[in-house]
Amino acid sequence: MNFILGILFSIVVVSILVFIPWIGVWAWDLRFVFGVIVPYAAIAIFIMGILYRVIGWARSPVPFRIPTTAGQQKSLAWIKPNRIDNPSNAFGVIIRMAFEVLLFRSLFRNTSLEFRQGNRITYEWEKWLWVAALAFHYSFLVVVLRHLRFFTEPIPAFVHWIENLDGFLEMGIAPFSGFSLPGILISGFVLLAALTYLFLRRLYISQTRYISLPADYFPLFLIIGIATTGVLMRYMGAFMQFIFGADWFSVPVVNVKELAMGLVTFHPVIPEDIGTIFYIHLFLVSILLAYFPFSKLMHMGGIFLSPTRNLSNNNRMVRHVNPWDYPVKTHTYEEYEDEFREKMVEAGLPVEKISEESAEDKTGSSEEAEKE
Amino acid sequence: MADVPKPKELVKIRHSPPFLTGWMNTPTEIKQGIACYAGKPKNLEYVGLPNPREWSPFDADWKLPPNWKKIILDGLRERLEKFRSLKIFMDICVRCGACADKCHFFIGGGDPKNMPVLRAELLRSVYRKEYTTAGKIMGAFAGARELTEDVLKEWWSYFFQCTECRRCSVFCPYGIDTAEITIIGRELLNLIGLNTDWISAPVANCYRTGNHLGIQPHAYKDMIDFFLDDIEDITGIRLEPSFNRKGAEILFITPSGDVFADPGTYTCMGYLMLFHYLESMGLDITWSTYASEGGNFGYFTSHEMAKRLNAKMYAEAKRLGVRWILGGECGHMWRVVNQYMDTFNGPADFLEEPVSPITGTKFENAKSTKMVHIIEFTADLIKNNKLKLDPSRNDNLKITFHDSCNPARGMGLLDEPRYVIQNTCKYFYEMPENTIREQTFCCGSGAGLNAGEDMELRMRGGMPRANAVKYVHEKYDVNMLATICAIDRAVLPDLMKYWVPEVDVTGVHELVANALILEGEKKRTTDLRGEPLPGMEDMDEEEGAEQTEGAEA
Amino acid sequence: MYDGVKIIIGIIIFLVLLLFPAWYQVGKAAKVPDPKLAEKALKAEQCVEPKLFMKTQHMKLLDEWRDEVVRSADRYYQSSSGKTYYKSLQVTCMDCHSSKKEFCDQCHDYLGVVPYCWDCHIEPKENG
Repeated sequence: MNFILGILFSIVVVSILVFIPWIGVWAWDLRFVFGVIVPYAAIAIFIMGILYRVIGWARSPVPFRIPTTAGQQKSLAWIKPNRIDNPSNAFGVIIRMAFEVLLFRSLFRNTSLEFRQGNRITYEWEKWLWVAALAFHYSFLVVVLRHLRFFTEPIPAFVHWIENLDGFLEMGIAPFSGFSLPGILISGFVLLAALTYLFLRRLYISQTRYISLPADYFPLFLIIGIATTGVLMRYMGAFMQFIFGADWFSVPVVNVKELAMGLVTFHPVIPEDIGTIFYIHLFLVSILLAYFPFSKLMHMGGIFLSPTRNLSNNNRMVRHVNPWDYPVKTHTYEEYEDEFREKMVEAGLPVEKISEESAEDKTGSSEEAEKE
Repeated sequence: MADVPKPKELVKIRHSPPFLTGWMNTPTEIKQGIACYAGKPKNLEYVGLPNPREWSPFDADWKLPPNWKKIILDGLRERLEKFRSLKIFMDICVRCGACADKCHFFIGGGDPKNMPVLRAELLRSVYRKEYTTAGKIMGAFAGARELTEDVLKEWWSYFFQCTECRRCSVFCPYGIDTAEITIIGRELLNLIGLNTDWISAPVANCYRTGNHLGIQPHAYKDMIDFFLDDIEDITGIRLEPSFNRKGAEILFITPSGDVFADPGTYTCMGYLMLFHYLESMGLDITWSTYASEGGNFGYFTSHEMAKRLNAKMYAEAKRLGVRWILGGECGHMWRVVNQYMDTFNGPADFLEEPVSPITGTKFENAKSTKMVHIIEFTADLIKNNKLKLDPSRNDNLKITFHDSCNPARGMGLLDEPRYVIQNTCKYFYEMPENTIREQTFCCGSGAGLNAGEDMELRMRGGMPRANAVKYVHEKYDVNMLATICAIDRAVLPDLMKYWVPEVDVTGVHELVANALILEGEKKRTTDLRGEPLPGMEDMDEEEGAEQTEGAEA
Repeated sequence: MYDGVKIIIGIIIFLVLLLFPAWYQVGKAAKVPDPKLAEKALKAEQCVEPKLFMKTQHMKLLDEWRDEVVRSADRYYQSSSGKTYYKSLQVTCMDCHSSKKEFCDQCHDYLGVVPYCWDCHIEPKENG
């Protein structure tokens, strides 16, 4: 297994995943399977899988309180503690976790090693991973929230706000002649750009290239597939028409919403006129949902349970109890004294028991003293 | 001992892993100079560790028990059920690579399997094979692999190339802690008798005599007596510390390295002089020959062994009837005391909440564990103006401070030592910010790797630290590296000699004792090392010679 | 230490957020869009282009018309059916689709789309 094999494998798998609904809908018209059964199954696997994993984690206890302290501890009253990076109470932990989850604080610390042969090690500014990670996660979140317009009726106000914010760039059709919509939504493009960067850095940085598994490339390619089909549907219909004289990309969104609402209200329907590309999009999303609980993507839940981050460093203040603690064999003081008593007495160290020999000595000497 | 390459050779490091060969296909070689020797059977037998036998990691046959694979896999399953940390860390790594160039062993050695992420993958790959469906079906495509003897050897090699310093865990977006993985990895290896001599011998010693070095009670007292002679030569005062004394208010426990080898011995003299100074002010403290070890090499063996060795601290405190415990300058000792001791062997309800008898300060941060770090104790003394200090005695020293991994990232003891240093020394310079405090670099020899046979590994692992010292040496003429860890004091001199020979190593309480003005002392002409104090260099040569002799005795 | 309660609370929060669309919908009759064709439109049988094209591309068509008219004074559109149309929202489109409320808004509201046609054009006055 090397990176080439890993990438090829992932590409092949994602390609197959694209072809399955393509053939299924286009050739065999299995719209109900790909429009209803697969999405329902996927969301069920997603929920059950996540519950299974989180409960699985929760069944193992946290025997020791082992926060990684990344700042000054709370000790003497006049020393200013770092309440966030070395929290001593629940409030600090909440802030620390919030920074970690919402802003990727630890990743923000990242530096990059510059090794000048034999001379000096330096640590260079390296925030690109942090920037790309934030861009990826937040644009994905915006994309997901925007999609709520397909799943709610009436559409809640916050979805409008998000879309307005996301669509503030009103580019019209120019200069991107061929774009189907006058307004573009930035999040989708940021998402694609971030994904591309995250993929390229895996390849470009020799260390990440070495450690990357198919399990790292596959979700990247899968989400790239999802975002790409989304972008094609939204923007590229007219372009397709212009080039090939037929528009296979555009889908009537009213019908799409009918399908989505059918799923949400448990009255599934398969509206007409929805092209195959939509089913590819939906199928890839379903695969992502079903894959999620059994992959590294579970870091979404795992970060909340990470014992080096979610515990306060109050070990010496509040006793932490280990539920599976058991008695162990120790070497007691009595055993220790039994072994070294003579030497201890000789060296003038206090002992608990006077040994027979040294006791005899003492008696002997006192007898002698009496004699004298 | 294998020959260590010269620094000029050692710095030729390639940080790019192989291009086309994946890591699973890169075989592991057990190398002289990198690997430690195997544990001796008598030491394993003494504490009841499994599979005691003569073996060598450099041989092909490691003399494993026939059912070794079952033992390891059962052990892994058991630990997955016992440690949420392990389960989470096995599952959620995304291999972003943020940790890769944060490990001192990778920086100084370039071996890609020393990247924290890959060290963990060594274990994860087997976990996937055994406990995940994808791993069972897809094998290498899911990052899974069979546990074979080669994999086991690879584990042994790389779990004993990690100092459990936790630097990677600071940078990991999920807080994945390689120390935790190494600890559990070593615990698994110990189930079938795979360990190192440099860890199992101290464990057996500590179990029997109370300290890693195997110093017996009378010898322990003798060694302290030597220090008393030296202190008398330097100050003209004969101190009278007490041992195993019942009814004392405080029990003092420090790593045994401090009574054994320079420059730790000077730190130990520092404690003695400080305690003497405070005696007239109401300090009532005793040393113990039974609990004569602060460090805990059991922690480098298994959680259970850590608990077994740690038990002596509370047991002795209870037997002597003290009110609380004061702990010396040590690294992993404080990781254990701060994050494990109370859980291991508490609750310490027979002790009282620590209060400084001199200042009346309540150490509320230690109200449950009832153990205070001597740096916290001394910082409080200085803050309350209880110490008469003459920092000019340290004027020949230009100091920088090395944060030890465990007090930094397993406790957060950062500003207290700096406060003490700045009040006892005039010249203090910080190393670059990416190399201190929570981002501090390991000495490269912690977690039981401070043996002689793995010197190349140690010099490589210590390179980032040494590089930062070199920087302040060149910039500010720094000539002394202060630290609050016994392993640091034992290993940094070698490291400095190798990379920055102009810089020496000291404990913080050596600096305190140099500056401390004892009641009724004679005019001091030398520091604790017998070297002339600033301004005393022109002293009568004979007298100087005498002083030096005295210090060496 | 297990922190079971905290984990269960976390799971509940996660599920509540995840299933938002489902519980949000409970008790609300989902309004299905019902764009009404005015009589003139019914009579015409086909719009400028076929129905599906109009469904998916009308926004782009209108956008192009606007640019061509305003910038090039290019007033006539050659349809794929061969017919020629006068490029005008108010004169051509609204001639057939006379009610914004009963035609345009039906789908736009359903999908949360707020077209900016009416930033410049005057909305047709409609009765109640």
